[in-house]
Amino acid sequence: MSTAATARPQDSGPGFRERVDNLPTAAKILLWALFAVFLFLLPLLNIPFITTEGSDFGGVLFTVATYVLVALGLNIVVGYAGLLDLGYVGFYAIGAYTVGVLSAEHGKLSWVVVVPLAIVAAMISGVILGAPTLRVRGDYLAIVTLGFGEIVRLTLVNLEYLGGAQGISNIPKPPGLELFEVPSIDWSSGAPVVDLDTTSTFLKFGINDFVPYYWLALVVIGLVLLFDILVKDSRVGRAWEATREDEDAAELMGVPTFRFKLLAFALGAAIGGLSGALFATKSGFINPQSFELLLSILFLAAVVVGGAGNRWGVIVGAIVVSYFPERFREFADFRVLVFGLALMLLAIFRPQGLLPPRRTVRAKRADDRQAVLEEGEASV
Amino acid sequence: MLLKVNGLCVNYGRIEAIRDISFTVEEGEIVTLIGANGAGKTTTMKTVSGLRPVRAGTVVFDGQDITHLPSHERPVLGISQSPEGRGCFVGMTVMENLEMGTYARPDRKSKAVKDDLARVFELFPRLKERSNQAAGSMSGGEQQMLAMGRALMAKPKLLLLDEPSMGLAPKLIQQIFDIVTEINSQGTTVLLVEQNAAQALKRSHRAYILETGEIVREGTGKELANDPSVKAAYLGGDV
Repeated sequence: MSTAATARPQDSGPGFRERVDNLPTAAKILLWALFAVFLFLLPLLNIPFITTEGSDFGGVLFTVATYVLVALGLNIVVGYAGLLDLGYVGFYAIGAYTVGVLSAEHGKLSWVVVVPLAIVAAMISGVILGAPTLRVRGDYLAIVTLGFGEIVRLTLVNLEYLGGAQGISNIPKPPGLELFEVPSIDWSSGAPVVDLDTTSTFLKFGINDFVPYYWLALVVIGLVLLFDILVKDSRVGRAWEATREDEDAAELMGVPTFRFKLLAFALGAAIGGLSGALFATKSGFINPQSFELLLSILFLAAVVVGGAGNRWGVIVGAIVVSYFPERFREFADFRVLVFGLALMLLAIFRPQGLLPPRRTVRAKRADDRQAVLEEGEASV
Repeated sequence: MLLKVNGLCVNYGRIEAIRDISFTVEEGEIVTLIGANGAGKTTTMKTVSGLRPVRAGTVVFDGQDITHLPSHERPVLGISQSPEGRGCFVGMTVMENLEMGTYARPDRKSKAVKDDLARVFELFPRLKERSNQAAGSMSGGEQQMLAMGRALMAKPKLLLLDEPSMGLAPKLIQQIFDIVTEINSQGTTVLLVEQNAAQALKRSHRAYILETGEIVREGTGKELANDPSVKAAYLGGDV
């Protein structure tokens, strides 16, 4: 009842965003810093209920973080530029395989070198895929990208040079530091107790403790977010928006729409590749089965469920599609059924996503107001 | 001569949309292309703004051959179009739409833009009232005004107006044409495409009549408006 009331725009006071905006700068920085610290400590806090029982929470959080990264990248393509990409997993795979091939299968390059190379490789593949296909519109692009994702996977399966169906193993870890230990919290007695025996080392990328990988992913997300904000608020962001809303009109305003679509595609691919590179780093082993079509659909679901076009929305969407199936692992196969049902319910009751961009909300609100006004006029 | 179109042919696949069309627009004129649905008016317009590729013929603007120039490079030269069916960016506010109009201007950060905005608000006071409203939530007439205002924000030498009166109430049509005349008197050349021949001919210096992709008549607005055959075909008998 109360949620239904607040969902109606007329009834709600200043939104969360406005309230945060109105805070003094110092308070804002402090809040963000506290939130960041909380996020970094999250896998060690072992907070009851939200911590996954069945699987290692650090590992789960890392997976969630890679999904968040992917969602941010795909949001540039789908949310900002309005291009439906059903083969995004292809870029994710290219990033992962660049790391695998150059640091394990055919080279001994250091992690510090291969990750930038993975980003570049994904970006180049984005340009190669985009240059001929971004001239077609809408549905065709979806089909072409769908094919791209599958071509990448099948190429990986069939090329022995790339490890074939067995994949690539023994992917080296990033260089570590081992500066200090961070203790975790134990809740087994019912109250939080600092547990000095179960710790995570800052910053040791081992094979048992995934928390440092999660930290790494968090830092990367922070950087990507910063980049995302800068780009979106620039002329580039406005050009994407115009292109998405009306390509012909954008051209008439002097926006080189093809170039901007290609840019969105390349940036999205780069971030997807980066996420894949992190995935390969953490798991140490990759094979073509890690890059199924289903993953592309899940990535897209994250963006759509969260609210395409709103970076905070797609982050929430990524958490929904990656965390909940892990959290409810004990329901075994039913969890996928429930998950599917939940997605359907969301599509029916909140088609614009959990957190749609302000613009969509505003357009809708103005629409409602207009409808009320027109009814008023008609009755006079 | 500001615009010279010569022997233009445009195809949609195998279908010839326009055949061997030639016309000119002099600086300071309002020139109208009149014709029924499917006569090729919008296609001609899109060729001038670059949205349709040309099969044969040339388009020369301000002494420069722009036949194959990409559409997004034409606003810089001084061609700006208000597209058919309005084509506002519906999710953006009125103000943001107008800002998009200045996208290609090298001087978009200068004071000149502010003056142009003031001029647009003077022509369309409604846009000022609604400047923070989402474009998609406005009425058809208001969106038409926005599309015209946005095109003006590019400070064009040649303003292309594709069916500005389409779908509007008669009173509003009158108002839109008044504004077109006003824009022209302030020094902007206008190429207009219209089905509303009566109003358009009254306002135009010269006009061309298109039938099934070809120009069949041309003359001054007055000549054509008084021509019996034109009257019968396009003006519903009497004006």
